[in-house]
Amino acid sequence: MNTTASVDTDVILSAQNITKSFGGVHALRGASITMRRGEVTALIGDNGAGKSTLVRCLSGIHRPDSGTITLDGKVVEFGTPLAAREHGIETVQQNLALVEELTVWQNFFIGREKTKGFGPFQMLDRKAMRSTAESLLSDLAVNVPPVTSRVRRLSGGQRQAVAIARAAGWGSSIVIMDEPTAALGVQETARVESIIRKLQDQGVAVLLISHNFDQVLRLSDHVWVMRGGLAVAERRSSETSGDELVALITGAKAA
Amino acid sequence: MNLPLQTTNIAVPEKGIRPLLREAKSLSFWAENAAPIGLIALVIVFAILSPTFLSIGNIRAMLVAAAILVILAVAQSFVITTGGIDLSISATMTLGAVGFGIAWQAGFGFWISAIIAILSAGVIGLINGLLIAKGKVTDFIATLGTLSVATGLALIVTSGKPVSITSPDLLRLTTGSVWIVGYPFIIALLVGVVGWFVMFRTRFGLHVQAVGGSEEAAVANGVNASRVRMAVYLIAALLAGLASLLLVARIGAAEPAINTSYLLNSIAAVVLGGVSLTGGRAKIVGPILGALLLTALTNGLTLLGVSQFYQPLAVGLVVVLAALLTRFQKK
Ligand SMILES: Nc1ncnc2c1ncn2[C@@H]1O[C@H](COP(=O)(O)OP(=O)(O)OP(=O)(O)O)[C@@H](O)[C@H]1O
Ligand SMILES: [Mg+2]
Repeated sequence: MNTTASVDTDVILSAQNITKSFGGVHALRGASITMRRGEVTALIGDNGAGKSTLVRCLSGIHRPDSGTITLDGKVVEFGTPLAAREHGIETVQQNLALVEELTVWQNFFIGREKTKGFGPFQMLDRKAMRSTAESLLSDLAVNVPPVTSRVRRLSGGQRQAVAIARAAGWGSSIVIMDEPTAALGVQETARVESIIRKLQDQGVAVLLISHNFDQVLRLSDHVWVMRGGLAVAERRSSETSGDELVALITGAKAA
Repeated sequence: MNLPLQTTNIAVPEKGIRPLLREAKSLSFWAENAAPIGLIALVIVFAILSPTFLSIGNIRAMLVAAAILVILAVAQSFVITTGGIDLSISATMTLGAVGFGIAWQAGFGFWISAIIAILSAGVIGLINGLLIAKGKVTDFIATLGTLSVATGLALIVTSGKPVSITSPDLLRLTTGSVWIVGYPFIIALLVGVVGWFVMFRTRFGLHVQAVGGSEEAAVANGVNASRVRMAVYLIAALLAGLASLLLVARIGAAEPAINTSYLLNSIAAVVLGGVSLTGGRAKIVGPILGALLLTALTNGLTLLGVSQFYQPLAVGLVVVLAALLTRFQKK
């Protein structure tokens, strides 16, 4: 199971030696992680370790300064978030990336609107978008907000549900969730966890960023630990413990 | 443990909160509908004070007079929805008018001159877009710069003298009408309808609102924010070019004169229309009504024989009042 040859064909996404700086801040210093097909991969680390920056590189928001991203064995470069989506990568950003002034259904479809008409006379297919958003959302949220309400009016948990439903609903091959349950109540957290399991059953590879070790150990197959812009350790979830993960995050224990 | 809880529940000050709530409700109602309410109020007041205000002839004149401002307000509304502002809009219109005059003088016909007018205005929009979207210059500074550039160019090209134009096509544009609605206002209404459709029924319009609401979120969802910004400044300038034709037709000449009142009024109309200058919430009908309101205000004051000097004051008061009211809009 752990021979390098079989691991390679199992790998759906691999990021190698990714660096990214913002001015003088070196957010990523050569981080490398891999995700396996059909698995939930967790990414953990202290605040500022570089998790979200890595996520933003994988979802096409940031262009890495150096390093390669390999998807299904092919090297890819995402110039825009759309490019990442076209390669089947959906992301729930930590900041949720919702436009507060727009409605729920508009947020669902920004950047990939459904249109009707022909040639230059394309108009938004509002009805289709509304009903799609409604059905995707009702799978997830406990307290389903009407899809015609502005995001500004939603509670924090409802917003998170919108962002998650938006990412999970497209039949993509990889779903990245940056702290998806951070603002959620008990019921909603359980729902999100069941969504993650459902995605896994469908063969979707999930990258889960979370500070909740119980959740990580419960849901994930594999854990990557980041510290100071590097992925410093990896473990099979079944072969590690919360204590060991804490030690790896703080650096008390070497990889 | 239950008793104190209950008492705090009962202790809601019934007398203080309810009327306040009702007032807030009505205030937000006023804020949302400032333009139509203001327009109706003005019409009623002026109709009482001046018998000619609602005469067919005066309505006709008002609609023609409103056309340019309506077009500029729609143009400005696109820019302001992205959170930007186009201070050059009226200077761009002047440059378009001068472009028309020069082309006309050089012997080109109406249509070619009209295209040249729109294109020369478009150049300013292109520069605005490049400065703001690509050069990341603050919209305020960039369009203040192009305001000056466009004004200067218009003066240079004409040596500061108006180019008078006698064209039957232009004459038909000002005098032609369907019933009491003159061609200029029909053109303005068409701009309004198309503008509304583009803003609320197309992908591009949604992107304009998204960029204004949160550029970061829009970009994370694959919206090309700098292309959207380029586009709105270009649209604004092209519409200013279209308005310049109405301006030339109205005056019968291409004047290089600076026209700040159109700039201020275009922004005022948008504010009256309930659009927040921070962007994200689009409105098209509101700004159009705002433009009508401002036109009716100036017209009514003129009819009542109020000195020209008081008109900017009146416009200013109305706009400040509207701006105050927008604070009470529902979020
Ligand atoms: N756009 C940016 N501009 C400047 N610095 C940034 C930017 N994005 C991230 N950083 C910096 O990069 C480092 C890593 O940030 P990142 O958001 O990736 O951390 P994280 O691991 O996701 O933390 P958290 O658990 O708090 O979400 C931080 O020091 C942060 O300040
Ligand atoms: Mg983060």
